[in-house]
Amino acid sequence: MTGEMEGPAPESRQRPAGRRNSQGIRIDPEVEAEREPRQAVISALVEHEPGVLAEVSGLFSRRQFNIESLTVGPTEDESRARMTIVVEEPDPGIEQVKKQLRKLVPAISVRELPADAMRRELALIKVDADRPDRVAAVADMYDATAVDACPETATYEITGSRRKIEAAIEAFSRFGVRELSRTGTTALARGSEFTAAERPIETQVHSPRITSPQPTADDD
Amino acid sequence: MSERATLPPETEEPGPEEGEPTDADGPTAVTNGAEAVVRALENAGVEYAFGVQGGAIMPVYDALYDSAIDHVTMAHEQGAAHAADAFGIVSGEPGVCMATSGPGATNLVTGIADADMDSDPMLALTGQVPTAFVGNDAFQETDTTGVTTPITKTNTFAADPDGVGTDVGEAFALAREGRPGPTLVDLPKDVTNAETDRDPGEPHVPDTYDVQTEADPEIVERAARRIEESSRPVLLLGGGVIKGAASEECRQFAIDHGIPVITTMPGTGAFPEDHELALEGAGMHGTGYANMAISLCDTLIGVGTRFDDRLTGGIETFAPDAEVIHVDIDPAEISKNIHAEYPLVGDAGTVIEQLDAAIEHPPEAAKWRAQCQQWKSEYPMRYDAPDDDPVKPQFVVEALDAATSDRAIVTTGVGQHQMWAWQFWTWTHPRTWVSSHGLGAMGYGLPAAIGARFAADDDQEVVCIDGDGSFLMTLQELSVAVRENLDITVAVLNNEYIGMVRQWQDAFFEGRHAASEYSWMPEFDKLAEAFGAEGFRIDEYDDVAETIEAALAYDGPSVIDVHIDPREDVYPMVPSGGDNSQFALSEEQL
Repeated sequence: MTGEMEGPAPESRQRPAGRRNSQGIRIDPEVEAEREPRQAVISALVEHEPGVLAEVSGLFSRRQFNIESLTVGPTEDESRARMTIVVEEPDPGIEQVKKQLRKLVPAISVRELPADAMRRELALIKVDADRPDRVAAVADMYDATAVDACPETATYEITGSRRKIEAAIEAFSRFGVRELSRTGTTALARGSEFTAAERPIETQVHSPRITSPQPTADDD
Repeated sequence: MSERATLPPETEEPGPEEGEPTDADGPTAVTNGAEAVVRALENAGVEYAFGVQGGAIMPVYDALYDSAIDHVTMAHEQGAAHAADAFGIVSGEPGVCMATSGPGATNLVTGIADADMDSDPMLALTGQVPTAFVGNDAFQETDTTGVTTPITKTNTFAADPDGVGTDVGEAFALAREGRPGPTLVDLPKDVTNAETDRDPGEPHVPDTYDVQTEADPEIVERAARRIEESSRPVLLLGGGVIKGAASEECRQFAIDHGIPVITTMPGTGAFPEDHELALEGAGMHGTGYANMAISLCDTLIGVGTRFDDRLTGGIETFAPDAEVIHVDIDPAEISKNIHAEYPLVGDAGTVIEQLDAAIEHPPEAAKWRAQCQQWKSEYPMRYDAPDDDPVKPQFVVEALDAATSDRAIVTTGVGQHQMWAWQFWTWTHPRTWVSSHGLGAMGYGLPAAIGARFAADDDQEVVCIDGDGSFLMTLQELSVAVRENLDITVAVLNNEYIGMVRQWQDAFFEGRHAASEYSWMPEFDKLAEAFGAEGFRIDEYDDVAETIEAALAYDGPSVIDVHIDPREDVYPMVPSGGDNSQFALSEEQL
């Protein structure tokens, strides 16, 4: 085929010395590797209107953000809903999640919660009731409340940090877990600090060099 | 075929009363939802709307019947969306397209997605089945807001007759404000038919919508120091420069500080290519000199660009020696693909002026400018055109450029012809290059030429440089151009291939031309005549100049079927994900 052009061939050209990683950050390829994912809790105050949940969940799937849980519910203001989203991404991905969320027209405020924020999850766990005493003992250990019981099964409600719930599930599993349902994390900032301010929208881009990863330890 | 004119299966209230004639002293009061919709458009200053009638949108059309807004009936809703998109690109104001529910709305989708990818201001209005039927799979029902959520800036299901006018006004304002984009309002038939006297007033964005126009002064200062210290700076102008009407500020900035300029494809025309600082476009089919400069610069000032993969090639090798100053009105674009050391969120013109004011002395870049000039002479955009070969497409592009004025508007389809048009036209003015960049929608050219014609000044020629494959996708819109007697000239660069696919098959699929070769093509000049347009044909070099002259002189739509060299390829080329500095000048170098 035709269409050739003149000029020095690729191998004879001057080439740049540097390199970027796949996140577009200039790196020294000898020392710097890709950034590791971390967990972040993002709270979004949004208009309480139809379609917002679909819009947010669609955003996560279409941009391939890793999401661990998403909860949504009404707030003290009936025209607003709060979404709590737990994402697992490297720092640039978490920044991008926040920026994309802020861009949605129904989003009023979006914030990543500090590591000391109050985070809670609720789980319903239905186990075989063959050994009721031992089941009750485990339930006691995790402050689980019995919600339902029949000769075959017992169902408990457990509230707490993600770590506590996972430990409880592990402990209950020896009795045979028939069914399990978890709500995902919901969260608020501590003390007088607002989880998400009503206004103004935080549009300012964050400092260019990524800050060191925040601790992600559960708060209980 | 869908039955557009058939009413949806509802027992509906009687249609709106015959509209009262407009009082010479001002508009009459709104009486129903549809009139509120039209009033919102009128209050927004809308002059034209592009669309296709149909059952669920009929009340809105009925209200439009008495309006001063000119409605252009298109042949297909995709054409309506592309026409509105091009109208938005050329005028800077949102183009309006309209369609009925179901197939009407889904046919708009390609055009809406195109506007979303290219941040073109556009408002789409779709009819919807009455609210009582929504969710029941009624006739011509599609979940239009659901379908279009990922491809609109925002969309609304208008559920309330008293709010429908405001919904439309807000959607119009949102399409235009901040980073532009397409918005959509879905209009259920019972809502547009319902009584309301609520005049929507002037369009405005919702209170919660906030746009940052000025960048953080502290980062501006740091960026200014970086530019002063730079010895190999490049200014990269994207589509945001044109959308933000900042071409003049950017041009002055580049000249005052002696910074070579590269434009992205949507940024074409933001800087005059006949200026010595112009390096033209970079990326997959950019010039050799632009790709050398972008690869070796030490400071890259990107303005209104989203660092698309067709520009960057492989991220790892993109401008890897450069610190990046990124100016964009959308914070979500900053560091999305390429990390920005200097993130400057704001309006393009405002931030460039901030930078200009902060820079105390221009960078010492004389050596770099000389290097750029040397690359220009090393990698000229030249092609061979032996007399005994079929006509080269590049020659036709240059002949069209020579025969038209500086402010002529060019629309294109997508493929090889688009790249030749981009490469071989000398772009000097913003809003003259109208193309489908991000989405790459074949069939864009002709309906875009129609939309552009309505937005252009009378003395601006509108030329559509199309490919045979692209033209075949939307050529029914010629009927519109003839009906409206639009002065547009279509040059079909006809190689009887889906040429870009054929080129890739030769390069990457061992020349196996799977489904890229047309074994037969209609005679486009005769087809044009059947539509009532003027048809021309070019087979030889000797025909080129005079045929172009005759087609341009024809007062109405004309089509030139240009039989070009079917073997011609587009070079330079950076293969997908490749290193821009390693652009190939021929197939052997890929």
